[in-house]
Amino acid sequence: MPLEVQEEGSVEAGLDALDTPIHTSEGSRLRQIAARVLPPVGAIVILVAIWQALWAAAFWPEFKLPAPAAVWSQIWQLVTSGDIGGLFWVSVHRAVIGFAISLLIAVPLGLAIANITVVRRGIGPLVSGLQSLPSVAWVPAAILWFGLNDRAIYWVVLLGAVPSIANGLVSGLDQVPPILPRVGKALGAGRFGGIRYILLPAALPGFLGGLKQGWAFSWRSLMAAELIATSPELGEGLGQYLHNGMSLSDISMVFAGIVLIFVVGVGIELLVFRPLESSVLRARGLTSSAR
Amino acid sequence: MTATIDALPDLLSPVRFHQVGKTFGTGQKAVVALDGVDLEVSAGEFVCLLGASGCGKTTLLNLVAGLDRPTSGRIELNSSRPAVVFQEPALMPWLTAAGNVELPLRMAGVPKAQRRAKAAELLELVRLAGLGDKRPHELSGGMRQRVALARALASTTDSGDAGKPSLLLMDEPFSALDAITRDVLQGELLRIWRATGTAILFVTHDVREAVRLGQRVVLLSSRPGRVVRQWDVNDAPDAVDEINTALRKVISSHAA
Ligand SMILES: Nc1ncnc2c1ncn2[C@@H]1O[C@H](COP(=O)(O)OP(=O)(O)OP(=O)(O)O)[C@@H](O)[C@H]1O
Ligand SMILES: [Mg+2]
Repeated sequence: MPLEVQEEGSVEAGLDALDTPIHTSEGSRLRQIAARVLPPVGAIVILVAIWQALWAAAFWPEFKLPAPAAVWSQIWQLVTSGDIGGLFWVSVHRAVIGFAISLLIAVPLGLAIANITVVRRGIGPLVSGLQSLPSVAWVPAAILWFGLNDRAIYWVVLLGAVPSIANGLVSGLDQVPPILPRVGKALGAGRFGGIRYILLPAALPGFLGGLKQGWAFSWRSLMAAELIATSPELGEGLGQYLHNGMSLSDISMVFAGIVLIFVVGVGIELLVFRPLESSVLRARGLTSSAR
Repeated sequence: MTATIDALPDLLSPVRFHQVGKTFGTGQKAVVALDGVDLEVSAGEFVCLLGASGCGKTTLLNLVAGLDRPTSGRIELNSSRPAVVFQEPALMPWLTAAGNVELPLRMAGVPKAQRRAKAAELLELVRLAGLGDKRPHELSGGMRQRVALARALASTTDSGDAGKPSLLLMDEPFSALDAITRDVLQGELLRIWRATGTAILFVTHDVREAVRLGQRVVLLSSRPGRVVRQWDVNDAPDAVDEINTALRKVISSHAA
């Protein structure tokens, strides 16, 4: 029986080929991009069209609902005068610094809550509770404590972002399959090796979800703080711009402010957090190709 | 037995159980998983642990691996840190196959170039050369099991306490595989055992597998798990029927 005297290796290679999942090639790159970009663009076009129609029907007076073109010309004026750079810089650098400090505080906090029972029982509920407390509520206290300055604003941002980042890390750590730390121990991981090489990477998908939410909270809190705490020394960010629009009773300026705040918040999520998350999930085989 | 140990005083048994018991829970709901287990594995010996599902085989391995503590009795461990192949492959999904094999070396602080070379060597040993940069989800079940085996082997080779005998613990590593892959991997395991001279404690509930692989087969009873009988199967492949009968008796006596 010459066929059965085949080398073991080749039998095995044949089995491996049978077992390995097959990757189907996906459609052309252009079509993929179009399929991703067209739906949101279409949605925006429809929204603006409805807005234009409502404005044209003059349901509300001009000082309540501005024309899309008027809002656009406000934004365009900011762009041509170059003021938009200053607005973005003041707000975005505050949000980024606030987010970075939040990260430095939230990671050890989350690790402590997830790994130490006493800490979890003690401050776990407190941190969860803080997450549902709108951080704007801290603005008056922050102004009384620190005065009208950057420290007051950072305080509000921290209280918005830290709880959601810490909670994201805790739930990421809680969802780590218990077999993985046991495997780590059997492979010789000590306490810190186990955290560094097993727990943290295993918790990364949940943690990224927390980071994304933490960014949304820190941006939200920052805008609330800038909107309420306005003073010349604070410089002009997007929140102050919105506030000025209200003071001047200029509805097109107010709308322009809202649009810009939205664009920055969503833009950073799309440019930074989405790609990060999807690359992490893809590396672990956790994505379906349709998403 | 004693005579050979006396003759070779420096060849300590990697692991020895002294009346070991393990109970989960307390009071009414207590489950006695193991009771009064005496067991010894000699250096370089291949021992198969046989028993019905739920009789305490995984519990016993966890005790040897130091992942659980016995509730009574004593376990004497003279080996370097035992390497463990778990019942499921449990690879780290964020690491490539090679990254998984390197993990124990990385945690032991082995320099990068050295652990690269070691991982490549071990992947070659389990016939996975060239697949080192695949992620676990891109591998088949049998390939994952082989990566887990290579990783376990890496975790013994790094330990500094050379001179101590090494010990490999395997928990039904092949039970989820099809017959042909299992056959191939059993052959590979015997080859690796001969090549490395490590002692192996191998858990299975498949009598044929136990007789093919082991030098000695140990039968555990269920609830509580006790050592019922042992067979030397080195030159007795016809032991299969006898062990089968004994296993059936253990299972039916438990059911009655
Ligand atoms: N953590 C635990 N808590 C409570 N009971 C447990 C625990 N682990 C195991 N047991 C019980 O101990 C007994 C032995 O379990 P074990 O996992 O060792 O069985 P096993 O021999 O490995 O079975 P299988 O062949 O199905 O893997 C079982 O009755 C099980 O229910
Ligand atoms: Mg088991």
